[in-house]
Amino acid sequence: MGAFGHYLTSHFATLRLEFWGLLVGGLATGFIYGMVAIGYTLVYGVLRLINFAHSEIFMCGGFASYFVMKAIVGTSVPSGFASIGLITLGVVAGAAGGAIAATALERVAYRPLRRRNAPKLAYLISAIGASYFMYNLAGKEFGRYNIAMPQLYLNHPVFSIFGAPVELYYLVILIAGLIMLIGLDRLVATTKLGRSIRAVAQDAETASLMGVNIDRTIALTFILGGALGGAAGFLFGLGSGVVYTMGFTPALKAFTAAVLGGIGNLRGAVLGGLLLGLAESFSVAFVQAAYIDVVAFGILVLVLLVRPTGILGERLGRSA
Amino acid sequence: MKLRLLLARPEVKRLVSCLVGVALIELMTGPSGSSTSPTAGISGSYAERFSFFGLFQTVRCVTFLFVALVIFGLWTLWLTWGRRWRGALTSASVAGAVSPVDVGRGRTMLVGFARAIVKFRTMTRLRQVRMVFLLALLAFATVLPHIETDPFWQAAMVEQIEVFVLLALGLNVVVGFAGLLDLGFVAFYAIGAYTTAWVTGALPTAAPFGIHLNPFFAIPIAIAIVMVAGVVLGAPTLRLRGDYLAIVTLGFGEIITIFANNLYGITGGSEGTNQIPHFSIHLGPINYAWGLGPVPYYYLTLVFVVLFIVAFSLLEHSRVGRAWTAIREDEVAAESIGINPLKYKVMAFAIGAASAGFAGVMTAGQTFFVNPSSFVLPVSILILVLVIFGGMGSIAGVVLGAIVIQGVTLYLIHSAPGWYQSSDQLIYIGALLVVMMIFRPAGLLPSRRRKREIGMAEAGEGHMDELLTGDTP
Repeated sequence: MGAFGHYLTSHFATLRLEFWGLLVGGLATGFIYGMVAIGYTLVYGVLRLINFAHSEIFMCGGFASYFVMKAIVGTSVPSGFASIGLITLGVVAGAAGGAIAATALERVAYRPLRRRNAPKLAYLISAIGASYFMYNLAGKEFGRYNIAMPQLYLNHPVFSIFGAPVELYYLVILIAGLIMLIGLDRLVATTKLGRSIRAVAQDAETASLMGVNIDRTIALTFILGGALGGAAGFLFGLGSGVVYTMGFTPALKAFTAAVLGGIGNLRGAVLGGLLLGLAESFSVAFVQAAYIDVVAFGILVLVLLVRPTGILGERLGRSA
Repeated sequence: MKLRLLLARPEVKRLVSCLVGVALIELMTGPSGSSTSPTAGISGSYAERFSFFGLFQTVRCVTFLFVALVIFGLWTLWLTWGRRWRGALTSASVAGAVSPVDVGRGRTMLVGFARAIVKFRTMTRLRQVRMVFLLALLAFATVLPHIETDPFWQAAMVEQIEVFVLLALGLNVVVGFAGLLDLGFVAFYAIGAYTTAWVTGALPTAAPFGIHLNPFFAIPIAIAIVMVAGVVLGAPTLRLRGDYLAIVTLGFGEIITIFANNLYGITGGSEGTNQIPHFSIHLGPINYAWGLGPVPYYYLTLVFVVLFIVAFSLLEHSRVGRAWTAIREDEVAAESIGINPLKYKVMAFAIGAASAGFAGVMTAGQTFFVNPSSFVLPVSILILVLVIFGGMGSIAGVVLGAIVIQGVTLYLIHSAPGWYQSSDQLIYIGALLVVMMIFRPAGLLPSRRRKREIGMAEAGEGHMDELLTGDTP
């Protein structure tokens, strides 16, 4: 017990010292995971399959916003309202890029298979192919090195909680993420589009008898999920830059988050994202940084084995 | 609204997809961009000057527009004439002869051709004809290193073709026979290679009992360890639904790479090891050592490739193979007649892993180095592509798929045409997967049973794979 006890006490001491800093960082990561996880969950709801190419939608959002920002932002770092305007524009550009990529993906890799009523394995393989095609093409066109996003604001600690400074970057993610997630939640819960998405998720055949246009609903679902994923790609790129492989790890984590919360369940996806973000953030205190991905996979396997329906349970087609 | 109606017309749709497809091909074959000038690749892909088979000079987009129109024309022709051709083929195979109704004026040649194909197909179903054909292929494979003496190809035949044939055969057991999608197959390959390094004493960690074995002894040890790994991974995870299984196996592959990269004291970290001894035999008077040249390894691997092909095709038609088919087609029905699905799925994992483990031993023994960069996710995907392209469930198909895809890739690397960089390989692989799934999901040389299952699944009967099980909302 001695050595291991010492290990635990020393690491818990680190954890206590850095708790609030890790909490804020974990929440910010969690919001990004949650936004990407929504895309998995929405598509899973209407098509009953995991959109393996969602990582590339995230990447496309990152690159789209990068190009827009590069065209607009000059050499000087903007501040004040200019920063807020630019960040909003970046989110919109990312969302647009993600939505376009998702639409293209749905058209090329999914719709022909759906027309034929193809088996699920075919969808999965086609999505994997599309994912490899997209990210390697991006690597070819945009180079295989990380490109930093133009600076939209001067990153600095805004305020501190219990001595832990909260950086502006985290604040940007938290605010932008919160607005978008609440917006999506209301959209799915109250609008006609949301109702048709829920109807298709519950029973596609009956929904079509009730006058829901299934093709259109599926296309719009992809657009919604893609927009959120693309916006998340922008927020992620703001801190880490954009590169052709940027989608892989966050998307895998987001998938874990979606399963953790209960796939098909929108609020579950966000909850799962936050939990996973926090778990990863706090695990920094215990394991080497290289093994953080192992922690996330471990959580995924554990959840799938112990409670495959997730924390909140699979709730396809409910408003929450 | 008018535009919408216009776009909904099938020929307009065909034209649009031809144009989009060719625009993508332009990007794929065009110049690369870079981080400093990210748009150079895109603009170059469309605006660069291009010589059209040396006939005339033009810009790329004009040439490719022309190509798109040609493809569109051929596609339209195929839709009108192809149906008749296929009709002739079917009626030829159904009746054994073509009924006079089909024989219109000017179509006699078509019918004759259809008859010849049907005759060939019927012939290849005969056991003796097949045996002769296979023996001829084997003889060809035996003399191949003496025909092709280019050192690039001699090395490639072992490292890139035979090893990947083995990997594809293994994954075919998992994906093709049992219908389980495994995206982390490369993990077993890695375990095989690292086990070889371990028992031959090449790793920083000590070999078992301090004995440095010849790589030959690594073969049974590695296969055993890999099969155990298959069971350890499979037993808990194979209860999962198919799409979850895909993600978990993907995670497993990633974890193996992360460990291989970071456990410096055990695996040698990202540099791995390059101390693996060569294969050698010391049996009384017989002393033979496999040296640096690839040809002796080619024969050694060939023996095992043949062994694995024979073993897997026997397995396919055995009780176990039939159980896999039953589970794949309808798990509930299979369970109700006394087949334990979990047991057979775990078996598929372990058996498929065996050939991957052996491929790992061969790679380690021949190239005498192991490092984590050979065992990354894209390799798993590549193996999957070999299986899908060839025809999952069909042993001849996956072997052919591996040879064709790897052969074409190697040819492109070797001849290095201006439009191809080896780093672009995965773009083509990805595009190939999508195209195969849209146009020929059963693969190049489909397994008859698998093809029928796909057709049945499309008509709404049966599963065809694991992914629908337990997934009814």
